[in-house]
Amino acid sequence: MKAPAFSYVRAESVEHALELLSRHGNAAKILSGGQSLLPALNLRLAAPAVLIDIGRLDELRGIKLRDDVVTIGALTRHADLLTSEEISASLPLLRKAAAHVAHPAIRNRGTIGGNLAHADPASEFPACMLALDARMVIRGEGGERRVNARDFFRGIYETALEPHELLAAIEVPRPQPGSRTYFHEFVRRSGDYAMTGLAALAHVDGAQLGDLRLSYFAISDRPHLARATSHLVGVEITAERIAEAQAELDAELDPPDDQQASAAMRRHFARLLLFRCVADVLGRPELAMEAVR
Amino acid sequence: MISSNQPKCLTALDRPNSYIGQSVPRPNLARLLQGRGQYVSDLVLPRMIHVAFVRSLHAHARISAINTEAARAMPGVVAVVTGRELADVVTPWVGVLSHLKGLKSAPQHAMAIDRVCWQGEAVVAVLASSRALAEDAAEAVEVSYEELPAVTDMRSALDPATPAIHPDLGDNLAFERNHDAGAVDAAFAEADEVVEVEFVFGRHTGVTLEPRSVVADWNAGERRLIIYQGTQAPHMVQNIAAKHLGLAEQQVRVVCKDVGGSFGIKVHIYADEMATYGLAKLLRRPVKFVADRVESFNTDIHARDHICKGRIAVNRNGSIKAFEIDDLTGIGSYSMYPRTSAIEANQVVNLVGGQYTTPNYRARARVVFQNKNVTCQYRAVGHPIACSVTEGLVDLAARRIGMDPVQIRRLNLIGDDAYPCASPTGLRFEALSHHASLQKLLQMMDYDALRAEQARLRGQGIHRGIGLASFIEVTNPGAAFYGVGGARISSQDGVTVRLDAAGSVTCYTSITEQGQGSEAITAQIVASGLGVSIDRVRVVLGDTDATPYGGGTWASRAAGIGGEAALQSAKMLRGNILQVAAAILQARPEDLDISDNAVVDPSSGERKIELSELARIVFFRPDTLPPGLQPEMVATRHFVPREYGFAFTNGIQASWLEVDTATGFVSLLNHWVVEDCGTVINPQLVDEQIRGGVVQGLGAALFEHCIYDERGQLTNANMADYLVPMAAEMPDIAVGHVVTPTKESELGAKGAGEAGTAGAAAAVANAVNDALSPFGVSITEIPLTPRVILSALGRI
Repeated sequence: MKAPAFSYVRAESVEHALELLSRHGNAAKILSGGQSLLPALNLRLAAPAVLIDIGRLDELRGIKLRDDVVTIGALTRHADLLTSEEISASLPLLRKAAAHVAHPAIRNRGTIGGNLAHADPASEFPACMLALDARMVIRGEGGERRVNARDFFRGIYETALEPHELLAAIEVPRPQPGSRTYFHEFVRRSGDYAMTGLAALAHVDGAQLGDLRLSYFAISDRPHLARATSHLVGVEITAERIAEAQAELDAELDPPDDQQASAAMRRHFARLLLFRCVADVLGRPELAMEAVR
Repeated sequence: MISSNQPKCLTALDRPNSYIGQSVPRPNLARLLQGRGQYVSDLVLPRMIHVAFVRSLHAHARISAINTEAARAMPGVVAVVTGRELADVVTPWVGVLSHLKGLKSAPQHAMAIDRVCWQGEAVVAVLASSRALAEDAAEAVEVSYEELPAVTDMRSALDPATPAIHPDLGDNLAFERNHDAGAVDAAFAEADEVVEVEFVFGRHTGVTLEPRSVVADWNAGERRLIIYQGTQAPHMVQNIAAKHLGLAEQQVRVVCKDVGGSFGIKVHIYADEMATYGLAKLLRRPVKFVADRVESFNTDIHARDHICKGRIAVNRNGSIKAFEIDDLTGIGSYSMYPRTSAIEANQVVNLVGGQYTTPNYRARARVVFQNKNVTCQYRAVGHPIACSVTEGLVDLAARRIGMDPVQIRRLNLIGDDAYPCASPTGLRFEALSHHASLQKLLQMMDYDALRAEQARLRGQGIHRGIGLASFIEVTNPGAAFYGVGGARISSQDGVTVRLDAAGSVTCYTSITEQGQGSEAITAQIVASGLGVSIDRVRVVLGDTDATPYGGGTWASRAAGIGGEAALQSAKMLRGNILQVAAAILQARPEDLDISDNAVVDPSSGERKIELSELARIVFFRPDTLPPGLQPEMVATRHFVPREYGFAFTNGIQASWLEVDTATGFVSLLNHWVVEDCGTVINPQLVDEQIRGGVVQGLGAALFEHCIYDERGQLTNANMADYLVPMAAEMPDIAVGHVVTPTKESELGAKGAGEAGTAGAAAAVANAVNDALSPFGVSITEIPLTPRVILSALGRI
């Protein structure tokens, strides 16, 4: 478990990082917090010729709120999301999710940009970004472009990033007042990879749901925004409505089998999360009780 | 809240300023906390090189060709050695013991020669100036394999159609034991109820924080091999290394400094460690091998992996009439050396039903080969299987006849006044305390209140369960474990105590320290036995050149056996010192004692002469002593229990947990242990031993599982996929004690290392089944994963 030899370059600026990226192309890997990359190197699952360390690029760090958009720099650490007052006030979903990302030692080094660019299907933040309809700010030598979360995640460890591009920041629209969030994941142990998880953003309109975005993770090769919510928006919520939505959800999912969870378990968990989420955001615990029966 | 009910120290040892029964801080604590531990991986010797092994990718294959040319040309590479080349230096071995009748295994080499028998078996050694360079070069070694059919399923390993892994052995049966006591058939025929069920125990492993590590240094000038290794048994390693490298024992020195956890993982002779010794001799320079985490999962011994059918006969009045088991276990491709892989199944046969009064017991155990990594003795060898089967059957029987689990145990546990007595398998019990322990446990957990809470919460759809598990525990083994079977594994231990010239004490013991506190309890005992303050005692262990010959630390023997040797050597030295003091003071030795670093008048406590002053006279002014008096300031004593083959201890555990019947998740809410290890030398160390053991048992119950696929590939050999128990999921563990000292020693200490692991999984499984009783579901498989529970509930 020793990494194969590689060259290491510390980027002095974003421009420098982009120049290095375009010079080395696929042979290079960006080193940010290193919490996924370094284990992969030690297990010899990855063998990049060059590591480009962006860890000192302060311009990529920090959280800013302007015109109802929260901009999160790519080097913002998970631990920062947990403690940031802006995040607590504007994006409570991210705060809830951050508490579930691995363990404190990893949260102290891991970065949001590294997490999203890695695009692990079992990871919490990609699903949150999809629920929140965030945009990825991508820098290349040719300039800057923005990609919506729903187009950014393209498969297991696959994103819309080109080899010469760098994820610089994430722009998250601040949810409208009165919106509610729900986050839960099923893990064997605290901090483990999820067997199935849900990041949700809901707009509650009286006793009804004005909008509901259910973003599932660890259930597909990328975060999955449930279409089944159409059965729940703008209608009176009953156990029957939820059952319809569950059936629809079941039809749109094709979950994988792995050591911790079979496809059947993932379907079961996804249905259960739908129930628990709706009961939670509407403040109707009796709905969740019915789901257990 | 963590609570502990600590016993008062005993009177026989309650000498002035005795440390026995006190939670004194461990003398090695500051050193370890300051990062000054000396682990093998810290060791750097001149000219030292590192070995990385090319390991088999297949569970079973013929090696058709090995090409090492490219690897030899890689940067930093010193040598590339194949199994055939190493066979000239290290002879093969067969892991059998003569007292396990019929046990067979095949010759095993330090590295595979023409055939590999499990995924992970070492095939080629690559030695380079750093481990990273050795790994780079290992990737350039080309090994061609012809895959052979892999035997992986223990259930079909004995089918005539299944090929024998070792054709010379004829079949895949390594060992079988049958035992029949009392009138089993009649008991089952006459009983009101019979419950029969199959228990499944997953394969798991020990996961020591520090991996297996060796530095071997062949000094050609001295013709001597120094082995620096984290091991539990230095003298055993010395003997085996000498035997298979063609050396005399005095040509091998084993040095064992700090060890980062063992749990039985480091009490065996591993092929890659033997290879490392051989490579050092072959290349005439120091070689370091430190297993990485992937290697650890693939090659550290695994344990358990049993399928055990169990039957219990019970009358409606709660009287248990008989137990019967049929145990099957898969041990991998070889019987491990030198302790063998048949011991666990043998222990299961020995221990099932051993806490109960019924004399009717029949058992069969079969041990089969598979193309997987070997299994062998890991913490609480056999106990968790025996306890889970026994206590699982007792709970099922209680449920069948509608009796409370406490009541059926009260009716059937051997009475506290029944000793000495013996089990149906002939295990002799000196004195146990099942009923006192049960009573104490019920008080600690407030059993009746928990039952009321359970009933109340069920109305709200919350499903909590209580599980009990009583157990017996083998500790302080004499020669019956290994010596009688021909293994040169000492069952006695020795301690030398020396008064130094400034009045301080150096103590050399043959037991070893793995982090559990051997050094601390040895210092406590010597300080107490001699009458000096503990800061004056320095303990030396883990060096075959320095310490007396002995077994080391395993099978919960260090405190009970090594501790008694320490006490007796300290007492002997005290006698020697008092003889000299009497001459100096013109008094009689029997009128003097040592207390608080001085020779005193025991009746008045008056300090007659400081030990430092006595030592000054002895070492620097012997001319002032009476003629003919030769002071002996060194004393050595050895000890092994002779009356009983083992010192059995007992205890009982309870688990209180909640099952989320929608998700299959188990939340552990509380755990209680009452155990009886005899004299408690250091209450804090005992309690933490118990807690650590419980956590390993809880790991087996809920999380830990070596998952092989049907081709014999270990699919979760990493810390992300192999789930060790972690703090967030662990309950508070309350520990209480009942103290029944063994009369075999003056110290009275029995072992405490297995108790926690022995019963934890059984308590959890019984609690899960108790929680699920409204669903009419009973699960007898561990680990109890959400998948297992959801399947049993029919939710997936």
